[in-house]
Amino acid sequence: MNVGLYVWQRLTAAVMVPLVLLHVIVIFYATRKGLSAADILARTRGSLAWAAFYGVFVVAVAVHAAIGVRNVLAEWSPLKDRDAGILASAFGVLLFLLGARAVLAVVLP
Amino acid sequence: MSDSPPELTVSLWRGAQEGRYETYKVPLRENQTVLDVVTFVQRHLDPTLSYRFACRVGMCGSCAMTVNGRPRWTCRTHVATVADGGRLEIGPLANLPVIKDLAADLRPFFDKWQQAKGVFAPSQTREDDVARVRPDSAARIAADAAIECINCAICYAACDTVRWNSDYLGPAALNRAWALVNDERDAGNPERLRSVAASGGCHACHSHQSCQELCPQRLNPTASIAGLKRRTMWAYVKGEL
Repeated sequence: MNVGLYVWQRLTAAVMVPLVLLHVIVIFYATRKGLSAADILARTRGSLAWAAFYGVFVVAVAVHAAIGVRNVLAEWSPLKDRDAGILASAFGVLLFLLGARAVLAVVLP
Repeated sequence: MSDSPPELTVSLWRGAQEGRYETYKVPLRENQTVLDVVTFVQRHLDPTLSYRFACRVGMCGSCAMTVNGRPRWTCRTHVATVADGGRLEIGPLANLPVIKDLAADLRPFFDKWQQAKGVFAPSQTREDDVARVRPDSAARIAADAAIECINCAICYAACDTVRWNSDYLGPAALNRAWALVNDERDAGNPERLRSVAASGGCHACHSHQSCQELCPQRLNPTASIAGLKRRTMWAYVKGEL
């Protein structure tokens, strides 16, 4: 890990702290209120706020997790730093695509 | 009750990278250090045993070995504090190549000291006045806290990150870099910060703190490394790295 990766990992962690808390609150709210999928979609579709909230979340997760996976691979597998970086970047792109697909599915009108 | 004098059962590493532990019986004495035990074996039982020491009083940092699984300075480690049921297992320092028996090859350790720019870079010449450094300044207090390293490599041998990342500079080299970063007479910080901020530098540390737990000088390399992380982070954010 170099200073650039360190800063980006800490920065995305700091971004995720309030997002995770809010996400957990949303889960509790939705389950305790007994919201159906239709109820949830009625709230999220066309909502710029939810798109921004989960869009930022997905980007932060993709960056944060990719850096972490790169470190694990570099330290615990026989892969060289460069190969670990390529593999971890691919993992980050995959997380971003899956996350972005999910966000688009619930916010597009 | 037996009249035979009390003895220690001592297993010593014999060989180089490949080798085995061999067992010796050494008389137990009062106030005996681990270095005394090794010396007794070489002087009385097997003169081919190789090990390293110099000052015998905890100043030179050359007698560190692995004692019952942990790196220790053997000249200041009393047998009574580490012997497990009258048994000692003594090997060379971990995380370093073995030259022979109990002597580890410290070249990688000192190479990394150089790589971390652990050498003072003067900002003045001998023609200038002696620098006035306030002992109570924050920078000098931080430098003083890190400066008493005796290069024994105990922290390096104790470090998990060194074990699994051969590029990691290690606690001692980074601790030295931190002492110099806080030395207001030093002019080498731009290059030094680049060196410790690169891959294998301070950000590889996982803060397991084995270095500070086992440092015989009671230094805290983990805190020094945390200082380097902060300093390099701000330098990166300001675009200086």
